[in-house]
Amino acid sequence: MRFMMIMLPNVPGIDEESWTPDPEAVTAMGRYNEELSKAGVLLALDGLQSPTKGARVAFAGGSASVTDGPFAEAKELIGGYWMIEAASKEEAVEWASRCPAGDGDTIEVRQVFEMSDFPPEVQEAGRLSQDPPAQTSAR
Amino acid sequence: MPPDRTEESRDRRSGDLESLRAIEAVWRIEAARVIGRLARMTGDVGAAEDMAQDALVAALERWPRSGVPENPGAWLTATAKNRAIDQLRRRRRLESRQKQIAHELETAARGESQEIGLVREEDEIEDDMLRLMCVTCHPVLPTEARVALTLRMLGGLSTREIARAYLVSDATMSQRIVRAKRTLAEAQVGFELPDTEELEARVGSVCEVVYLVFNEGYAASAGEEWMRPELCREALRLGRVLVGLLPHEPELHGLVALMEIQMSRFRARVGPTGEPVLLTDQDRARWDRLLAARGLAALERAQTLARERGEALGPYGLQAAIAACHARAHTTAETDWERIVALYDALAQLRPSPVVELNRAVAVAMAWGPQSGLELVDALAGEPALRDYRLLPSVRGSLLEQLGRWGEACTEFQRAAELTRNTRERRLLLDRARACAWRGGDGDRVRR
Repeated sequence: MRFMMIMLPNVPGIDEESWTPDPEAVTAMGRYNEELSKAGVLLALDGLQSPTKGARVAFAGGSASVTDGPFAEAKELIGGYWMIEAASKEEAVEWASRCPAGDGDTIEVRQVFEMSDFPPEVQEAGRLSQDPPAQTSAR
Repeated sequence: MPPDRTEESRDRRSGDLESLRAIEAVWRIEAARVIGRLARMTGDVGAAEDMAQDALVAALERWPRSGVPENPGAWLTATAKNRAIDQLRRRRRLESRQKQIAHELETAARGESQEIGLVREEDEIEDDMLRLMCVTCHPVLPTEARVALTLRMLGGLSTREIARAYLVSDATMSQRIVRAKRTLAEAQVGFELPDTEELEARVGSVCEVVYLVFNEGYAASAGEEWMRPELCREALRLGRVLVGLLPHEPELHGLVALMEIQMSRFRARVGPTGEPVLLTDQDRARWDRLLAARGLAALERAQTLARERGEALGPYGLQAAIAACHARAHTTAETDWERIVALYDALAQLRPSPVVELNRAVAVAMAWGPQSGLELVDALAGEPALRDYRLLPSVRGSLLEQLGRWGEACTEFQRAAELTRNTRERRLLLDRARACAWRGGDGDRVRR
């Protein structure tokens, strides 16, 4: 089973351009990432830059509208994610609990969909073209 | 203690499923480290495993009420140690070996009492893991015992889970584990790393065990459906752990690359009704790109490391390189079959085998046409090792089919159908036999 652990950090000022992470926290996080990797469960991870540099694309009435960061109205901002492979949700939660996260931080643990989780008609729709350019959004 | 006491304990608490699963999750993560640490104190892996299982029983009794402690690994180790000391003290007449274990534990307990709860040196944990792998894959053990001990001690799998995966009874598997531990004790296998030369051979044995487990899950010759991906997942995880312990070994990266790439195709190998789908017919959009990318990166490391040593790729690296040719191709037609032929040539040099020759023949057919492939396959016809190998007639049938030799193709597919034990595969082969008979104008030849 594959899980995404999504970090929702409680960092005031993360949505400001000048924000940089605390070196000590970075070291501790590095050690944690190393532990995940050495246990053979880590598949991928990334830390995300400040939302100030990002944008949101919202859809309404068939058209997309773009808002540049920072996002004043957002309650939770994603700081990064880990992709891990675990035997159960409980194992994923156990790994998340070991994260040296800061006070007020939250990690959301979500299982990745497998095609076999869907009914047959959805699976059929998910069968993409053999034509490579049409597959660019496939996972 | 009897090895299945933990299993009973797990069952008894099945009402409290959620905390049970949480404890199992902790166990999966901590088992190898706890056993490794106890083995370092006692010098006896079998005894360490019993002690660790005892601590697991204690956790199953206590944690549902008290919650999982802050540092569960340290809790399990300390509990195992204390229980073992108590038990050994209570016995009136100690055997000398147990006396020694008790003594070593008490000495270790005095020296380390301050340390419990603190994070251990990373190097020491890694060293423990490597030693543990060397013991569970020790040459005094038969292969099936190596597999069982590795899954149990390094994977934290229960006896029942391993038994289900290998389609034997719980009792048989638990006997196998008890016997394996006894063999280790009788051969006086301690908890030390073998010397450099021996270590290399041992790492080879570890690779073999890991890849056997992976293949068991991948090929599913037996066992329950749900354990198949589980075995692959565990083998892949152990491979990644191993590569972290010995990061400069090209063959370990090759092994991991091979498993990552093969695993990336896991979900595309089976069709909607459970029928096997051949590599060339798979929906490549269903391949797992994250795993494929990891595999390709691991292969690149294997190649770089081998080059730095002035060596060529070993058998795992070569097989990974072949798998990578498929992973890189968007379609079957786009596959670099000539390169695959060259890689099989190299593999046949290192590990000559009729199965490798057969695979090479398939690649030759893809690169230069069915006739060239068929000549190679025909040369393998008298090979005793392939006499009952279903892929020989299946490949031959497929090449004859491409050449329009329908009658002969039909015969080969029927022969392959007789040899397979997989009912879905049999149906698929008989369908192909029937289709050939039809095209050859002999539609009634293959009965349903």
